[in-house]
Amino acid sequence: MPTPVIAVSHLRKTYGSTVAVDDVSLEVHEGEIFGLIGPNGAGKTTTMECVEGHRKPDSGRITVLGLDPLRDASALRQRIGVQHQEAHLHKRIKVWEAVDLWSTLYSRTVDTADLLNRLGLDTKRNAWFMTLSGGQKQRLFVALALIHDPEVVFLDELTTGLDPQARRVIWSLVTDIRSKGKTVILSTHLMEEAERLCDRVAIIEHGRVVEVGTPLELVEKHCPERRVVFTSESAGVADRFKAALGDHSVASDGATYTLQGEGEDFVTDVIHVLARQGIRIRGFRTEVPSLEDVFLKLTGHGIRD
Amino acid sequence: MLKGFWKLTWVETKVFAREPMGVFATLGVPVIIFLVLGRMVGADRVNSEPPPFNLPVLAALLIAVSVVISLVAVISIYREGGILKRLRATPLSPVTILGAQVVIKLVLTVIGLILLVLAGRQFFPGAMEVNLLSFTLALMLSTLSVLSLGFVIASVVPTARFAQPLAAALLYPMIAMSGLFFPVDQLPPVLGTLVQLFPTTHAVSLLLGVWDGSGWNAHWGSALGLVAVLVTCAGISTRVFRWE
Repeated sequence: MPTPVIAVSHLRKTYGSTVAVDDVSLEVHEGEIFGLIGPNGAGKTTTMECVEGHRKPDSGRITVLGLDPLRDASALRQRIGVQHQEAHLHKRIKVWEAVDLWSTLYSRTVDTADLLNRLGLDTKRNAWFMTLSGGQKQRLFVALALIHDPEVVFLDELTTGLDPQARRVIWSLVTDIRSKGKTVILSTHLMEEAERLCDRVAIIEHGRVVEVGTPLELVEKHCPERRVVFTSESAGVADRFKAALGDHSVASDGATYTLQGEGEDFVTDVIHVLARQGIRIRGFRTEVPSLEDVFLKLTGHGIRD
Repeated sequence: MLKGFWKLTWVETKVFAREPMGVFATLGVPVIIFLVLGRMVGADRVNSEPPPFNLPVLAALLIAVSVVISLVAVISIYREGGILKRLRATPLSPVTILGAQVVIKLVLTVIGLILLVLAGRQFFPGAMEVNLLSFTLALMLSTLSVLSLGFVIASVVPTARFAQPLAAALLYPMIAMSGLFFPVDQLPPVLGTLVQLFPTTHAVSLLLGVWDGSGWNAHWGSALGLVAVLVTCAGISTRVFRWE
């Protein structure tokens, strides 16, 4: 296993009597998109801010690119890019002014005109920050986070409050970042976002890591149930399925049948039975659990806004 | 170490200038007060002391206080909006981020003073005879001292909505008791001692002295008082200043 880009062990951070992060350990590897997922207040942002070197942990060890985020803060700032949750800029700063200011702060920068072009902000160069839409603001923050060609990019709740289209644009930007070989660590409370973007996720709840893995692994491990729903006018469908598949639950509502089973092979088994028995069907769909179901199962409640 | 200082200062200046109401409140209002009061007391008595009081010194002090209130507003709005936090996540040093604000406020003070002198010479000829360099330096030192108090206020007040009114509510009474309208020794003893802690009291003493042409030598105590406030408040600010 190569050395992780980010290694966190037993991180703990409290604010007075509030425990923001109780005990978080995780590793992020080079070139992956790693997601911290969990409800608001779970400790995602505090964890990220400690890793970025913006907060001093009460205890625990953190290394980023082999550096200590607090002790080596100035060296690290040249190598990481940060986008904060609910960030703002001066209301009346122009897009090009922000980009220009940021680019003077780093020893190495990318071609900013090209960067604005890629993020679709080239026509907004002279616009005041306050006149940008939510999606444009976030794209500007992505631009500012990428201006010095960082090796690791932190994106905190990047798409919160954006409409679906803007969200999709941002998602493709994030996968672009990975395709340039960078490591991305992002936090989100949108399970769909995590499932689409992240190579691996850590589920965080009450300041602790509940589970880590690829979205697929987590679904297979925690939610192996599969469900098949189809519609058929053929006679005795329920009995034929009970005979063929054993005690799997078969529920019917008129001509609509719902079969429930477990494991990878369940859907294939159902299709085989349909084919062998020559059952004619009109509609057919499968319901595979998502990361959302895993989250629900592991934490006992849904994500809340 | 101060990477980005001038660029940040320039950007902040442009951002400030794009808000006409803020510019007017900071630079225009003191000059207008000066002109209106000057008309009321009559052109020949504008710089008398007393009666009723030295108007140019009052206007200069109003400029200093209004730039400080503007600073308190900017800092608290930036903090509330997460702008300070965002700037801190860059390689900008804290000194650069706050220093840029100080430089802008000092420049604004000088611009305000220039406007004041031009207006005075236009409307009250003969009333603005003063060693301008000396007076400018005295006003800048005064502004710096009041600015340091502004940083303390901006540090301890949690929201932008309260910071600006609170700064005004503290600073304007300080002007009232600064010795400009009546001698400080006419105040009750406790208050008389208290006002020695206010930067405005020393500022008025120094500015009146320089205005009268008696020079810094005769008023080093006032200058020292301003420096003492500056050092104390700067020390407090570095301990209590919050970035978010």
